[in-house]
Amino acid sequence: MSPQLSYLGVPLARPKVGFFELSSCEGCQLQLLNNEATLLDFLNLVEIVNFREGMSERADTYDIAFVEGSVTRKDEIARLTAIRKNAKILVALGSCACFGGVNQLKNRFRDLDWVKKEVYGDFPIETMEVHPLKDFVQVDLEIFGCPIKKEEVERIVTDLVVGKAVHHPEYPVCMECKANENICLFELGEPCLGPITRAGCDSWCTSNRRGCWGCRGPAEGANFKQLEEIMHTYGFSSETILDRLECFGGFASFADAVRSPNKKTPARRKKS
Amino acid sequence: MKLSCEVDVHHLTRVEGHGNINISIKNGVVKKAQWEVIETPRFFEAMLVGKHWENAPYICGRICGICSIGHTLASIRAVENAFGITPSTQTADLRLLLKHMETLQSHILHLYFLAAPDFLGVGSVLPLAKTHPEVVQRALRLKLLANDACDIIGGRRLHPTRTVVGGFTMLPEKGELEKIRQRLMASIPDLLASAELFKTFAIPDFSRETEFVSLKGEINYPFIGGGLVSTDGVVKKEHQYRAMTNEYCKKGFTSKLSKLSRPSFAVGALARLNNNFTMLHPTAREISKFLGLMPVNHNPYMSNVAQLVECVQVVLDSVQLIDILLGSPWQEARQPVKAKQGEGVGAVEVPRGILYHYYKFDKDGKVIKADCVIPTSQNHANILHDIEALANQYAKNGKKDREIELLAEMLVRAYDPCISCSVH
Repeated sequence: MSPQLSYLGVPLARPKVGFFELSSCEGCQLQLLNNEATLLDFLNLVEIVNFREGMSERADTYDIAFVEGSVTRKDEIARLTAIRKNAKILVALGSCACFGGVNQLKNRFRDLDWVKKEVYGDFPIETMEVHPLKDFVQVDLEIFGCPIKKEEVERIVTDLVVGKAVHHPEYPVCMECKANENICLFELGEPCLGPITRAGCDSWCTSNRRGCWGCRGPAEGANFKQLEEIMHTYGFSSETILDRLECFGGFASFADAVRSPNKKTPARRKKS
Repeated sequence: MKLSCEVDVHHLTRVEGHGNINISIKNGVVKKAQWEVIETPRFFEAMLVGKHWENAPYICGRICGICSIGHTLASIRAVENAFGITPSTQTADLRLLLKHMETLQSHILHLYFLAAPDFLGVGSVLPLAKTHPEVVQRALRLKLLANDACDIIGGRRLHPTRTVVGGFTMLPEKGELEKIRQRLMASIPDLLASAELFKTFAIPDFSRETEFVSLKGEINYPFIGGGLVSTDGVVKKEHQYRAMTNEYCKKGFTSKLSKLSRPSFAVGALARLNNNFTMLHPTAREISKFLGLMPVNHNPYMSNVAQLVECVQVVLDSVQLIDILLGSPWQEARQPVKAKQGEGVGAVEVPRGILYHYYKFDKDGKVIKADCVIPTSQNHANILHDIEALANQYAKNGKKDREIELLAEMLVRAYDPCISCSVH
């Protein structure tokens, strides 16, 4: 398909790549097709051997498996385990895979039978508590975001192919938002998790005057107590904060602390 | 002559989500012809219960990765209808423009990446990059244009950021809209070339009479809100959507299904076109005639052609919308929102057909009940009956297993199903 690519004079092997999805909107995979300008270059870098949404051919050997979505039914555990077995590197693609994503909002309800009844009435349907991939298999790399940022994925995949270490920003979205010279959304009356959410999205939402809902999970050393104070100062309720904290699952422990304030607050997240 | 056939397609490819096709023919008699949807449900309607109204569009947009803009707009419309908010003309025009660009993006994705490989005898778009580079480049150009326009208007092509109840968090630069207008004009030759390409495709000769449900346009080809209509003569108002969808559950299916005057009905580009052909732009109508599509057409494979006609429709209408938007100074982007007790429905024609969101709110604006009826769930029963009819049509003429399998796969793909969306 393309001439042999090399990096610093070393020829690059085109790794075999598979894309898979558990419970999800399949949007993160689509983000890769949403890369019109660079799609063909990207396809030169890897050999896609399994991508059900885009191609009919399927193979069971691949170097890198990108798995989108969260686990919400027992058969998905078996599928995930099989993918893990076949792959050298397993990548959790997007917030559903990393944290449970919006799917885990149903975990707010202890009574799963009520959840089932609310949607399907008396018709029997199987589901379970929502889990991220790492609860069942070893995850080698996480790519955060709802949706994932295509530029970031391309950088990460390029790093993987050339054998570089993959690093996520440790600082919060707030830094990127400032660098993009936006007016602070608190000043515009908009609640925002930018001060505690991990950067890397280039302040995607806040640059569009939409407050951050924390889809990428907490930044290293996220100072939640301080954020809570800021939010209250600007007149936002605990409910408003909680809506954002619990939306994607990345801030699950923070959300628990807001729900039961008597328990100890995870004031500062320890650097991992 | 071979009169027996076994087709077992597990996790059909080149569609969104997980579905299986099973066909069994013995000595020319169809023993089994099934379409199964086994996707895991995510329970969005339960997730929303107890949530403040502003969560609804933000969370529900995430039902679907292809038509997130359509879901967000249907959700916003339902909330606004519940609160008695009428969007400004500017907001309505911008939303329709955004909707059009999602339609273009989604249709091009389906036509070129998911459907065309079957007609060109390949497994995916990848080999076409080598054998038909001009086709792939054209598809990417059109998709990029649509996606760039979504970024500019909605803030993001997937899970939009600027779309909120009351309007937009911010407005596009007029210069950016002007550039999109130029690119839209420049895309017309690409669309005509697409029509020429699809003219060369052998559309399978299959037809099964069914009922088509869509919005009914008053003056314009409809996309956001308005009356509901079917080709069997059922007419309902937007808030009466349940009388149109009649959802039920079925064994072996994690998606709900729908029926109306017959055991099944169809929604989507073909349904919209069948119900609103006279409201198409004259050029779009010409292209429809050129491709042999005249209402009422009952060949489900013609949905591909209907999507192509709609690409022309939305591009031409978008140019007019941009002219209107550029013709007057920007007004306020967003109007204030006051929550109130009540219920509201939002019906929006998304790429795969008519989508309904319904919410009931308490006096604090918290969700008491949510209901989302997805186009693909309305199509499932029709797909099921089509597969049966297809199997019966070909049971006696000795087609090879692989030929029947391909026809069945192409049939399901023609509906452009969004299966995870239908299960949500």
